[in-house]
Amino acid sequence: MTDRVAILRQRDYLIATIQGDLSDEEILALRDELAERVGRYRARAIIVDVTALDVIDSFVARSLRALALTARLRGARTVVVGIQPDVAIAMVQFRLDLEPLVSALDLDEALRILDVGPRRALDG
Amino acid sequence: MTSAAPANGAEQTDELLHELVTLLRDQRTVLRQEWVRRITDAALLTVMSPEEIFSEVTTVYDNYVDVLETGSVETLQAYARDLSERIIPRGVETDEVLRIVLLLRDVLARSLFVNYQQNGELLNKILDAYEPAANRIAVTVGVSFVEERERVIREQQEAIRELSTPVLQVRDRLLILPIIGVLDAPRARQLTEQLLGAIQSSRARVVVIDITGVAAIDLTVANHIVQTVEAARLMGASTVITGLSSKIAQTLVDLGVDLSMMNTVGDLQGGLEEAERLLGLRQGLADSDGEG
Repeated sequence: MTDRVAILRQRDYLIATIQGDLSDEEILALRDELAERVGRYRARAIIVDVTALDVIDSFVARSLRALALTARLRGARTVVVGIQPDVAIAMVQFRLDLEPLVSALDLDEALRILDVGPRRALDG
Repeated sequence: MTSAAPANGAEQTDELLHELVTLLRDQRTVLRQEWVRRITDAALLTVMSPEEIFSEVTTVYDNYVDVLETGSVETLQAYARDLSERIIPRGVETDEVLRIVLLLRDVLARSLFVNYQQNGELLNKILDAYEPAANRIAVTVGVSFVEERERVIREQQEAIRELSTPVLQVRDRLLILPIIGVLDAPRARQLTEQLLGAIQSSRARVVVIDITGVAAIDLTVANHIVQTVEAARLMGASTVITGLSSKIAQTLVDLGVDLSMMNTVGDLQGGLEEAERLLGLRQGLADSDGEG
């Protein structure tokens, strides 16, 4: 696993902080790692922090979507936090979507969303 | 002079300029008056009183002679900027400034002809020294004026842009963006940037965009609004759009803009109620929670 991603466990949640731009291989490895840990730790949700990413290209977007779908099959929800304004604008212009992922402004906000009662729209 | 020819030539030019400067200083009063007369005759600077013109003319004249003497345009440049700053708001145009500077050039050249008409060779040499310097001065003043004008225009554009799209925080995590006036593509783009920046800095969860004050929008702008809503959602904020006039609503439908992502409410009051519901501050329709 690359050292550019830190995966922490907080209660039932896995928090993956991406600390810099990742290669395609690293993204795939992150996805496998998270899917595996969801089972190991019986996590209910994954929070992916992308604050440090200057670019979210189609590959990253697709991988994040795939991660969310994989995690959901393993019983966990996924929230993306920290998409920067420029990144958001670029993603919209390139018509990249993260559906069914949920976005949150920051970690606090993600925890709040996950803590609030039932699953509601989070599963997409 | 014992140095080589080119240096000799330069020294000679300096000498000639020195002579010229002395002459212009001696005839300061006459030449200044002549310049003012020509300005008045040409009906330039009509927005200024004769006293004002005379006092500005005096300063420019002295600066002008200083430039001829020292060869350094910095003082004149600074003065020209300062002068431009004062006269631009009063409606003085670029062509006026250029014509005035060229008039002074003419006045001075004419005086040289008068003073050296006995000695054609010397007159030629003096003109050789004078003309490049005079042209440089004219360019300096003209460019300073134009630069100052552009700076003023830039400042005003900036001010208009900032005034036109305020992002207001009405309560914790809730922003309102009232849009009034013409919404064109550049403004829509700027609005997106401002809104996303505000979402980040005030950690907003819900944004209400009120377009009551917008008369019409076109396809580009409509798509831009849709993109803004999308981008805000990627950052974790829900958007409510309020105040679509019937005309705009019809336009959007006719244009086939995809509004499935848009949460629209009739008026701002309804929009705020919807926003409070999204923030969990108000009980309401329970089916969607706006986070997804």
